[in-house]
Amino acid sequence: MKNNQYPSWRKTKSALAAMIAFVCALLVIAPLALVFFHLLREGAGAVSWSFFTELPKPVGVAGGGMANAIFGSFQLLGLAALAGVPAGVLGGVYLAEYGTVRSNWLLRFVADVLNGVPSIIWGVVVYGLVVLRFKSFSAYAGGLALGFIMIPLIMRTTEEVLLLVPTGYREASLALGISRWKTIVYVVMKTALKGIVTGILLALARVAGETAPLLFTAFGNRFWNHDLAEPIAALPLQIFSYAISPYDDWHRQAWAGALVLVVMIFLVNILVRVLTRERLARVL
Amino acid sequence: MENAVTIEPPMITPASAPQQQVASDSEPDAAPERAPAFEVERLSIFYGEKKAIDGVALTVPSKMITAIIGPSGCGKSTLLRSLNRMHELVPNTRVEGKVLFGGEDIYAPDVDPVVIRRRIGMVFQKSNPFPTMSIADNVLVGLKLNGVRDRAFLRERLEQSLRMAALWDEVKNDLHKPGVSLSGGQQQRLCIARAIAVEPEVLLMDEPASALDPIATAKIEELIHELSANYTVVIVTHNMQQAGRCSDYTAFLYLGQLIEFGSTTKIFSNPTERRTEDYITGRFG
Repeated sequence: MKNNQYPSWRKTKSALAAMIAFVCALLVIAPLALVFFHLLREGAGAVSWSFFTELPKPVGVAGGGMANAIFGSFQLLGLAALAGVPAGVLGGVYLAEYGTVRSNWLLRFVADVLNGVPSIIWGVVVYGLVVLRFKSFSAYAGGLALGFIMIPLIMRTTEEVLLLVPTGYREASLALGISRWKTIVYVVMKTALKGIVTGILLALARVAGETAPLLFTAFGNRFWNHDLAEPIAALPLQIFSYAISPYDDWHRQAWAGALVLVVMIFLVNILVRVLTRERLARVL
Repeated sequence: MENAVTIEPPMITPASAPQQQVASDSEPDAAPERAPAFEVERLSIFYGEKKAIDGVALTVPSKMITAIIGPSGCGKSTLLRSLNRMHELVPNTRVEGKVLFGGEDIYAPDVDPVVIRRRIGMVFQKSNPFPTMSIADNVLVGLKLNGVRDRAFLRERLEQSLRMAALWDEVKNDLHKPGVSLSGGQQQRLCIARAIAVEPEVLLMDEPASALDPIATAKIEELIHELSANYTVVIVTHNMQQAGRCSDYTAFLYLGQLIEFGSTTKIFSNPTERRTEDYITGRFG
């Protein structure tokens, strides 16, 4: 009965371990709370109706907003989705439904390497591929850079949710004389649709805050953008350029922009939670 | 290409349903009822290096119920799945020998497995109605995805298939509800309705009642019996009483080899092989 020799010391150790785990758990939550607290304190005052509706004002003129940057961000995300979603989803379909063991090993390895590529590298690549060739920064270039970042993310989440679809459904469909691609599209992907959408939303949320790949692709501007072949404003870019400026007024605007961006991403994450909860209820 | 197989207007009525494709043109002198559905010739199936089926020769009579029995792992399911090439979904499978369906080798190089599976349907051990589809869509999915658009025809086929699967009266007011909202036994009958909606000539059943309670099992068995009026049924079962109750012919498979094949009465009362008798009487298995 050696274990019971020093019961008080054993209990103390147990309590200590529980305490350390609890503190570590708090450390996970703390940064989010800190970010929100700080952004609300600094930014909430500057968020107003005009922030969402007005263009940036020149230095020294009070007021103004980031309407063009908010709209530009959505345009860039739309372009990124056009570039990244088809390749990502179909790549995931290949991994889950067609690939051999060897090709899948290679693809997953490459996708994981791509996931680890710093986002500024994508900016440089697209600068070389698109901006230099067309001799102009553009929304297309920015969207493409973001799209490249999304591809491996969407590919892996799509693969995972497709593999969650039980084999029995594939077999049942094939046994009805339904061809392979129709089985995949109308049975497998339809069953996993919410999971696929979730993966796309998470990838969009991830790239929505990217600044580095936009620095020399989308470039940013201070006006409404009418032509996707021209430089376009984006929320993270605007925050960046305002934050490094020497003007207090612009600093306040940068805080407000950061708050808006974080709240938008937060809302997407909540939407994803809701979607996944229903998906799990359905699969199980 | 998807529409190459034309789906004919409804011709099956529970009372009579001529399925004369089985007596194909290549064997003009064979009488329709007597022509076998399948002739399996020296069939061996490999999963990688492992031989799952070893030189099986078997003639499956048409419009009859043939049961495949044997201990677990003896290759029953593999043999069944080889009859509509479903076992090919497992990578690295290899087939030697022939499976003639209506006189035609389904493993011939120019044969498309998709077309084979339209003619040879399958019902699985675990009922698997599609979770995204209603009861009606589950039944009609095989037709709709193969390009059938005629609404009146689809409606007619829906009722007919559900009636044949003895499910119509239970679901006729809930056709738009999800297929997965039904009970286990009902789901399995829904899967049978789904399989017969595309009018196959053969139904392969892989332990269709093993996950069901005795009452639902009895319903499925009765249904199988009724289906044999119109379809060739091949059923895998590990339940010997079930094979005895509801099949006309029985094949006993052991370690991938066909030990004995004959009428169910003979296999169960007076088997030729010692091993068959030992298995039937429960001395091993």
